[in-house]
Amino acid sequence: MKSGLSRSVGALCATLFITTVHGTAVVAGDSARGKALYESRCTACHSLDHSRIGPAHRGVFGRHVAQVGGFDYSLALKRSSVIWTAQSLDRWLANPEAFIPGQRMGYSVPDPKERADIIAFLASPAAR
Amino acid sequence: MNKQQSFPFISRRGVVLGAVPALSATAVALLAGRPAWAAKRETSHDAARDASVLNTALALEHEGINAYTLGAQSNLLQKPVLTVAIKFQDDHKAHRDRLIAAIRRLGGTPVEEKSLGEYAQALEVGKLKSQADVLDFAMGLERGAVNAYLGIIPSFADRGLAKLAGQLAADESGHFIVLTQALGRPLPAPMSFGV
Repeated sequence: MKSGLSRSVGALCATLFITTVHGTAVVAGDSARGKALYESRCTACHSLDHSRIGPAHRGVFGRHVAQVGGFDYSLALKRSSVIWTAQSLDRWLANPEAFIPGQRMGYSVPDPKERADIIAFLASPAAR
Repeated sequence: MNKQQSFPFISRRGVVLGAVPALSATAVALLAGRPAWAAKRETSHDAARDASVLNTALALEHEGINAYTLGAQSNLLQKPVLTVAIKFQDDHKAHRDRLIAAIRRLGGTPVEEKSLGEYAQALEVGKLKSQADVLDFAMGLERGAVNAYLGIIPSFADRGLAKLAGQLAADESGHFIVLTQALGRPLPAPMSFGV
């Protein structure tokens, strides 16, 4: 019983859940699934520790936009005052151009659950 | 004018005046009966947006070309594999040239290539210690490129450019498959790209 409880607590600790709001629906994100999605969807242009086509992502959750030193951001992002929260990241990933017109990312993640998973990963200790 | 009549007037005026700041120049032109000007402006905006998305793709191709240079210079690739790597790099150069031409046609400025050293650092190529490492690294980049091209297809206003992105995705997919086979990995499952 105790070992079962320990496993449950361990599983909870291993997976950071985060919720994002889509209209009236709240979607819970799974960081482990988000990591896999990040690796298949995002790593063509991004990595956690190095800016490539897009800026490095480590520590992105909770900081202002356009803060990675040395990365050549669009004017639209430089002028933005957005802070990357679960809600703002959700809007960004759903439709970057609608959220911050004039930005350069042409990629979006239409599925709310997948966005929540990716955001949970970005907010997790593995990406902080 | 009685009170009951004035409310709708004020309300309509308020709606119109309140809405003006939110209208785009294109919408204002349409309201002013200048649809041709509005259409031209919208087309120009679409072209600039398409050029911006193509520039992201071009940056990806620059990175791919340099990644294969780094792989070739690593002295980790044996002759038959090296020949294939150089062929793939030539494909990426052809992609680069197509993208540059398309960006210029749209009135955009193609993004420039970075230095080989910058790519080496960003891609952490110092971690590659064997031919299998290089192939695995290249396979990851090719898979990422397939997913990136599939992901940008819906962004284009010009359907011809969406087709171009599809063609590029098909090439990258071919590269990915060859690399999986060189590494003895299983063939991808159906519908496994872009997910």
